[in-house]
Amino acid sequence: MIEIHNIQKSFSGVKVLNGISGIFESGKTNLLLGASGTGKSVLLQCIVGLIKPDLGSITYDGKVFTNNKLDLKQEIRRKIGMLFQGSALFDSMNVEENVEFPLRMLTPMSKEERRERVEFCLKRVGLENAGKKMPSEISGGMKKRVGIARAIAPNSRYLFCDEPNSGLDPLTAIKIDELIYELTKEYDITTVIVTHDMNSVMEIGDNIMFLHKGNKLWEGGREEIMDTKVPELREFIFASSLMRAAKKVDEELGSLDELSTIQNGREPEGEKPQE
Amino acid sequence: MKTLGRFLLFLNTLVRRGESFRILFNRTIDEAILIGINSVVIVAIVSTFIGAVTCVQISYNLTNALIPRSTIGFMVREMTILELAPTITSIVLAGKVGSNIAGGLGTMRITEQIDALEVMGINSASYLVLPKIIASLLMFPLLVIVAMTLSILGGYVAGSLSGALSAQEYVEGLRSEFIPYNIVFALIKSFVFAFLISSISSYLGYHTKGGALEVGAASTKAVTNSIIAVLIADFVCAYVLL
Repeated sequence: MIEIHNIQKSFSGVKVLNGISGIFESGKTNLLLGASGTGKSVLLQCIVGLIKPDLGSITYDGKVFTNNKLDLKQEIRRKIGMLFQGSALFDSMNVEENVEFPLRMLTPMSKEERRERVEFCLKRVGLENAGKKMPSEISGGMKKRVGIARAIAPNSRYLFCDEPNSGLDPLTAIKIDELIYELTKEYDITTVIVTHDMNSVMEIGDNIMFLHKGNKLWEGGREEIMDTKVPELREFIFASSLMRAAKKVDEELGSLDELSTIQNGREPEGEKPQE
Repeated sequence: MKTLGRFLLFLNTLVRRGESFRILFNRTIDEAILIGINSVVIVAIVSTFIGAVTCVQISYNLTNALIPRSTIGFMVREMTILELAPTITSIVLAGKVGSNIAGGLGTMRITEQIDALEVMGINSASYLVLPKIIASLLMFPLLVIVAMTLSILGGYVAGSLSGALSAQEYVEGLRSEFIPYNIVFALIKSFVFAFLISSISSYLGYHTKGGALEVGAASTKAVTNSIIAVLIADFVCAYVLL
């Protein structure tokens, strides 16, 4: 579990994060949702320690990450896996070497153990036959899969994903989302995902934090998000005509359902008299 | 002054919480191949022709019949050891190695590969930059020795082929009034130049911000700044050590 408390960050006097607090639970996919430039990626970078927040604290399973000794920070960092927006695979290494890299650097595993683990991770993400290929020879979706395999290879407890399905076709994007979701449940990982993709929200959003202009405006699950009353979030969700249409269909189906219930002589749901 | 301060802080991060000796050793060998072995051909071509041209030009200027022709060999040796081999080789390497280091690190920065290392808890500066500096410190003196040898050989071949002086006269000139300290001086200079080129290029590449355009700009800046630093250091070394 990761806890963030009152995270504040400014760049050249401009406030980017304005006191964000929240809890990211393990075994859940926690989404940081918002439009571009709302501070999602900055918040993620603060949480993983790439940027130092001006104020606030970050705790990993009770261990304070911010303002702590370098050794303890390193200890926490070695349990972190991250999937970057552009995958950030090492150009000079092939797929296998990329996945093996954190094992070689962070664990005392023998060569044989590392080979087995790499094989397992590549198989888990469906890339068992791509091990010898260079990053330049594989597609964007495959790069993301390799990035995920590298992130989970050292048995990471925390998985961070910065826009994992950006630049991917809808089908591949869904597959990547599903993979992250499955891994989160399978290994009880604390997963934090930065996204502005409503498909991801509806597919895998266990816990969603909506950011707007550096402020947290809303938090909840994917079941509740469509009924939100927060105007900024409503504007964000229904920006696309697809979501507006989905909402309209949902409302019409709801009305029809209500109508048929009345016609059948039954009371509509939710209006049953209390006993 | 601000940049100098940042540069010194950057150098400090290289030696703080570094990776294990085994990793550092393996990375240094990889970098030594890239920096050293891959630069042998260009260094060989440049130094051979510089030696040849020096010999021909001294011969052209040496018209006084009272000065023995063996002086040409002596002057080629002195110019090669004291200045041409260490300085010209370093300037060539600033172009080849410096741009390579800055471009490579800059690309790693903008494609988040350096961030990926940091997130894993690896000191990216130490992992990426320290082996480049150590490899440069090891390989530059070797390349300078190669350059010295080939430059003197180039002078020998050019002198003989052009008829400016006989092979015997050239060798006689090479052997006259030899001061071994000059070799030490050249090697000290090559160490200094190696450090300046590799560290300046690494600093500029590592701190690249933006996109592909900025990587190119960092690469160019690395070459120009390294050459300026080499020329200043060349003067300081000559003033202090000779």
